[in-house]
Amino acid sequence: MTAASITTRATSPGVRKYGSMSRDRRWALRWSYFFLTLFAIFFLMPPVYMLITSLKTSAEISAATNPWWVQNPTLSNYAELLTSRMYLTFFLNSALVSVIVVTITMLISVPAAFALSRMRFWGSATLATGVFLTYLIPETLLFIPLFKMFALVNEHLGIQLINRWWVLLLLYPTLTVPFCTWIMIGYFASIPKELDEAAIIDGASWFQTLTRIFIPVALPGLIAATIFAFTVSWAQFLYPLVFTTSTDQLVLPVGIITTLIKGDVFNWGQIMTGALLGAAPPLIIYAFLMDYYIAGLTAGATKG
Amino acid sequence: MVDAALEAPALGGGTRRRSALRKAMQRKSTIAFLMTLPLLLLVVLLVLYPALYSVHLATLNKSMERFVGFGNFLFLFKRETFWMVVQQSCIFAITAVIFKALIGFIVAHFVHNIPSRGQRKWRGMLLVPWVIPPAMSCLAWLWLFDPSYSALNWLLALFDVGPIPWTGEAYWARFSVILVNVWIGAPFFMIMYLAALKSVPEQLYEAAAIDGANWWQRMWYVTLPMMRNIMAITALFSLIVTFANFDIVRILTAGGPIDRTHVFATWAFWIGIQGNDIPLGASVSLFMVPILTVAAVFILRDINRRAGEMS
Repeated sequence: MTAASITTRATSPGVRKYGSMSRDRRWALRWSYFFLTLFAIFFLMPPVYMLITSLKTSAEISAATNPWWVQNPTLSNYAELLTSRMYLTFFLNSALVSVIVVTITMLISVPAAFALSRMRFWGSATLATGVFLTYLIPETLLFIPLFKMFALVNEHLGIQLINRWWVLLLLYPTLTVPFCTWIMIGYFASIPKELDEAAIIDGASWFQTLTRIFIPVALPGLIAATIFAFTVSWAQFLYPLVFTTSTDQLVLPVGIITTLIKGDVFNWGQIMTGALLGAAPPLIIYAFLMDYYIAGLTAGATKG
Repeated sequence: MVDAALEAPALGGGTRRRSALRKAMQRKSTIAFLMTLPLLLLVVLLVLYPALYSVHLATLNKSMERFVGFGNFLFLFKRETFWMVVQQSCIFAITAVIFKALIGFIVAHFVHNIPSRGQRKWRGMLLVPWVIPPAMSCLAWLWLFDPSYSALNWLLALFDVGPIPWTGEAYWARFSVILVNVWIGAPFFMIMYLAALKSVPEQLYEAAAIDGANWWQRMWYVTLPMMRNIMAITALFSLIVTFANFDIVRILTAGGPIDRTHVFATWAFWIGIQGNDIPLGASVSLFMVPILTVAAVFILRDINRRAGEMS
């Protein structure tokens, strides 16, 4: 503001210097907006193209017209998918798996994080590091031995684990629990010690300290962890691809890829609609809880 | 601390006090152990055990009846495809991480440059690729790369370029796979670097400006040293995730054309699950361990150092 008002009556050399600085600044700002727009176009192009394609009929998709424009917008793809029994099954399976996995994850990781951050016991520090290390073990290293293990369980105990959607309830927590425990340890560690000391002196049990003090105070962290667990379980692709095969057991990502793509016939209108609807739940959560989402994202590396 | 405060009012006999204290301690550690038990069970049964089990599997023959020692590994060493996969995995991971870091760094600076009330909106828009499940966005890219209806080629044709065989030809297919990976991962880097940029105290820049530092000097002597830690740890994290990536290659090319885009994860899936040779698949995936270990050691060192600084 001051720089701008000075430039209008710039007379002395010293003042002119300020003026050129503010001009530099303005140009820097313009360039920033210019490049940000370019990057935004690059980053948003695929989802926008999904939306464009989902509004087209098959005839329009195979016609050699401008692919970036919809001539006769139609919702028929949406109507078809949302009344298709198969697609609704995928969606329901995905929702069920994600919600249950989030619950399991929270039930395991919140007490564990509390114990590891506040109730020092033999080996607790090593265990905290160990939890972090398990987060670094990728699922692509484990799917083959797990597949064999589950096949052996079926052979010896007669429990059919493969090709059942609920087997994912065992598998997904291995992806969500270590990270959620890790960020909850970070959030719990930032709560001042005086708070739980006061609670203990007032006669609260450890369990009450956790539910009455720690969970309410660390609620932002809890929300961030919940969002993380949900998005990871909603997006997981490898485990359902390996462990489930029949169409009534599939979750959304695998379902779209294995059933909507039939041989060489690609019904792109429906595929894009299915993918867009499948991307909607994480996007909606992100739109409403962006700050928590980002807090969870950055907490993993900056806390601890 | 807590126990001391608890015990202070109890002025009973010395021995009784000590045994009560010990009991409390015991109880506390028992409770703590029970609280971590589910976590321990999960990690041991579904992460550590399978990890060790895959080492065992890798020493068996295809029908898993006979012990063959290093036979599977020796067999892999003799196959040309294996060395191609090693090379492709390394190129894929390293190139992708470098470009993700570079784009993330540049975009973070642009976002940091604009007035703070607009930043939220831009940040929100630019993180969208990271939020969409990769399987879904890969489908969108597959459609953008379609051999006959590619919308990207349509755009390029306006400039008289192309048509480009995005997933049809070995080098273009490798490029496409890396491009999609960068597209998904760069926003994550952007968010991390933006957080790092915000944590640099403004006074440092003011001091540097007073000392007459130009833009490059401020970048080199103030911004980069302050961000070094977060930059390193983000890159290491991303290296692990990218190196072990499965979704992108699987959906875009399924390893083709003629195995020219396979990485360890997709090749292990191809051999172990689709080819039904579980021991050989396990051997392939085990080759990811060395790089993952190196990255993990560096991350752990950084975290321990920061924990040391904090306490």
